[in-house]
Amino acid sequence: MGGQHYLPLTGDDRQAMLKEIGTASVEDLFKDIPPAVRLKGELNMPPALSEMEALKHLTDLAQQNRHFQNATSFMGAGIYDHFIPSVIKHITGRSEFYTSYTPYQPEVSQGVLQAIFEYQTMVCQLTGMDVANASMYDGGTAVAEGAVMGCGATRRSKVLVSRSVSPFYRAVLKNYFHSRGLELEEIPLRDGCTDRHQLAAMLGDDIATVVLQQPNFFGLVENMSGLADLIHEHKAVFLVAADPISLGLLQTPAEYGADIVVGEGQCLGVPASFGGPVLGIMASREKFIRQMPGRIAGETVDSEGNRGFVLTLQTREQHIRREKAASNICSNEALVALAASVYLATMGSQGIREVAEQCLRKTNYAREQIRTLKGFNLTFPGINFKEFAITLPGDPTVLNRKLLEHNILGGVDISPFYPELENTMLFAFTEKRNKAEIDTLVRELEGWK
Amino acid sequence: MRKPKALIFEISRPGRQGYSLPTCDVPAKPLEQLLPEPLRRSAVPGLPELSETEVIRHFTELSTRNFGVDTGFYPLGSCTMKYNPKVNEETAALPGFAFLHPCQPEETAQGALELLYNMEQGLKELTGMERFTLQPAAGAHGELTGLMVIQAYHRSRGDLKRNKVLIPLSAHGTNPATVSMAGYEVVQIPCDERGLVDLEALKAAVDDTTSALMLTNPSTLGLFEEEIVEMAKAVHEAGGLLYYDGANMNAIMGYTRPGDMGFDVVHINIHKTFSTPHGGGGPGGGPVGVKERLVPFLPVPLVDKRGEGFTFNYDLPESIGKMHAFYGNFGVVVKAYTYLRMLGADGLKQASSDAVLNANYLMSLLKKTYHLPYDRTCKHEFVLSARPEKKKGAGAGDIAKALLDRGFHPPTVYFPLIVEEALMVEPTETESKETLDAFARTMEDIAREIDEDAEKIVHGPYHTVVGRLDEVRAARSPVLRWPSS
Repeated sequence: MGGQHYLPLTGDDRQAMLKEIGTASVEDLFKDIPPAVRLKGELNMPPALSEMEALKHLTDLAQQNRHFQNATSFMGAGIYDHFIPSVIKHITGRSEFYTSYTPYQPEVSQGVLQAIFEYQTMVCQLTGMDVANASMYDGGTAVAEGAVMGCGATRRSKVLVSRSVSPFYRAVLKNYFHSRGLELEEIPLRDGCTDRHQLAAMLGDDIATVVLQQPNFFGLVENMSGLADLIHEHKAVFLVAADPISLGLLQTPAEYGADIVVGEGQCLGVPASFGGPVLGIMASREKFIRQMPGRIAGETVDSEGNRGFVLTLQTREQHIRREKAASNICSNEALVALAASVYLATMGSQGIREVAEQCLRKTNYAREQIRTLKGFNLTFPGINFKEFAITLPGDPTVLNRKLLEHNILGGVDISPFYPELENTMLFAFTEKRNKAEIDTLVRELEGWK
Repeated sequence: MRKPKALIFEISRPGRQGYSLPTCDVPAKPLEQLLPEPLRRSAVPGLPELSETEVIRHFTELSTRNFGVDTGFYPLGSCTMKYNPKVNEETAALPGFAFLHPCQPEETAQGALELLYNMEQGLKELTGMERFTLQPAAGAHGELTGLMVIQAYHRSRGDLKRNKVLIPLSAHGTNPATVSMAGYEVVQIPCDERGLVDLEALKAAVDDTTSALMLTNPSTLGLFEEEIVEMAKAVHEAGGLLYYDGANMNAIMGYTRPGDMGFDVVHINIHKTFSTPHGGGGPGGGPVGVKERLVPFLPVPLVDKRGEGFTFNYDLPESIGKMHAFYGNFGVVVKAYTYLRMLGADGLKQASSDAVLNANYLMSLLKKTYHLPYDRTCKHEFVLSARPEKKKGAGAGDIAKALLDRGFHPPTVYFPLIVEEALMVEPTETESKETLDAFARTMEDIAREIDEDAEKIVHGPYHTVVGRLDEVRAARSPVLRWPSS
């Protein structure tokens, strides 16, 4: 039988325990399951594996995949191959952290609670916001829940979202909105950025939240100046999905007047893991705290006046408010938030800025090389932070296949999400890419077609 | 035992550095040319500046201020805090899984797709469902997915009147919160004197506005809903569907299946039943399975087998869409799959068998000292009431703090809401008889101490790094970041 090594009860134990319970067999303990629904026979599953065999099977599966360690990746679109300092896995691998539950008993959970409090602080420092929560599932669900926060705060039910916001996030947003009867309208693009005139025209006193992304899905730095005034004139909420790494260098959403900041925190020292587990970041101005979903850690004192931390403002949450809760979120991505905390503590102000600068410089170097190649056109003008869209002289799938022959995980084909952008790909350049790797990519592109 | 700990910001010193990066080797251009000044910030103020040693010492010390399953017994009811096998951590960290980009061409991620496919086959068999989505990132996320699928199903039939979801009073808080999030109204169904759903009340509540009944079986009282067949019939006859909250699936693996009980939709908390660690709050995973008629509405993409290969199927025109930007918590699924393969059919059944045996054994020991409101065979957990102790001066919350001083994580307290001063105990199958005996003796000691000097218990815990924390103060004047001013 499989999994014996996780089961400490011996045959003698079981007999002694049944005697204590006053029953003859374990089967008696399942007599309350009506015969009509009892499983006849055994489950049909592959035979159990020993640890050695399981490792072999899983390793065989893993080895079928190409990945950041056996190929050079230029993939982005929300998930990136950033450098992960060695310290992170040694901290998230401390089993006092990873084998604990949500910190319901604060006196034996000060480790996780203080780490969350520090994480919340660092998210505020990055975004310029006043408060942050302990995490959402991912960038997509953070955008959706943030938009809903705006609806709660304004008691309105219509949201404007720019088409320059990641289509992966918009898909989740659409789904969350559709079921509860909230309205969603898309602001058109102009040169790959939010069309500011259209936004102004679409704004009205029925709009709850305006959702923008910085840098946007195409890697472009949007011109945010003046938008906050426009949005606030209609008493709407200004939500920005920001790349946390970019905030080492870019103006903060607080500086250009955003009310809620969300984002995907995978870039902060978290493995890509095929898109999850990753980290939904959420922060806001203080006045929205009552609408904020999820866990929040707060400082307090114990009976002797010592500082300590607890989960707080729980009257927003499902286990207290039930159907009146701000959200149904219970489990979040706490361990991933811990990874992000260790990352930010390791990098510090200087390190995060250096990573951001290297992304900017390498992306621009690559952009200048690739845009001059015959048949390749920069899809949009503007300022690119760590990725850009490029229009190819052929099918992105074919190009990626060719690049793979040279151990390159190429770009992300974005044409399926933007029918008007035929043969268009996103290429991302993090601090991990060096000049030689970029030059190789450029050479392979040049030789194509 | 009290031990103060500085915040990471308080040990920061300007000029210290914890990272090492290569020199940027592309031709240097003035920053101004790449990103004009008005778009830039000057610096990120306040982020800590520390050497690597200090970072490690800080977080290592924090870890010592935390209690996990690896630290000791953690009978937190409804949370299934079973042992988290270490091999799971190894497999999820394999580079071929950990460093995979979600937009990679399918042919470069066949191993990952095969794993997702295999996991789905296992879950289908375990639950008796037609297909699964592995996208939901947590149990509550699975609940929302499931209700959206149900909603899409009713809408597709032009059945637009169904705006209510029925929930027993004993349900987890996520159930009613999910119902609201999906745009539905909650109808509460009471429990009878046995602690089971009141069948007559349920029959009276179902009508042509019933979208679904959400049910946890066994319930949060740890009791199997014996009238499940009649309940399913009542809901189905009214045109409603049955949703299975799989939070308590650990009790019934290999004994019965939600699909056979009549459920149309099920979610499973793989961070409970499938042994993946809870990470201090997450990440979890909440795969959702459905019966055949609901398959068209599942989120995209599904993973299909085509010939020898595996592929993402986005061609579901009636799909609700996406619940997560990508495929959910893949890394958590890798851990759950490892567990599934290591246990196999009889290992899973033995796990449930021992979980139920452990719970009944511990219940039979503890009911000698504590009040057991629903005294009948339990499944994986049981609920005591500390009402008598409360009258003597120390309630469920105080008993919990007393357990902290004695090296145990306490049971869940004050839930389910239908039991006054509830202590909800779930030992799981990975605990030994010796551990259960020691816990029972400790609970007896605490009961005795309450008899002798309840006041002393009320002021605990005494041996933790901080004393009892003032939660009211934290909520009244919130300090949610450093510095506090």
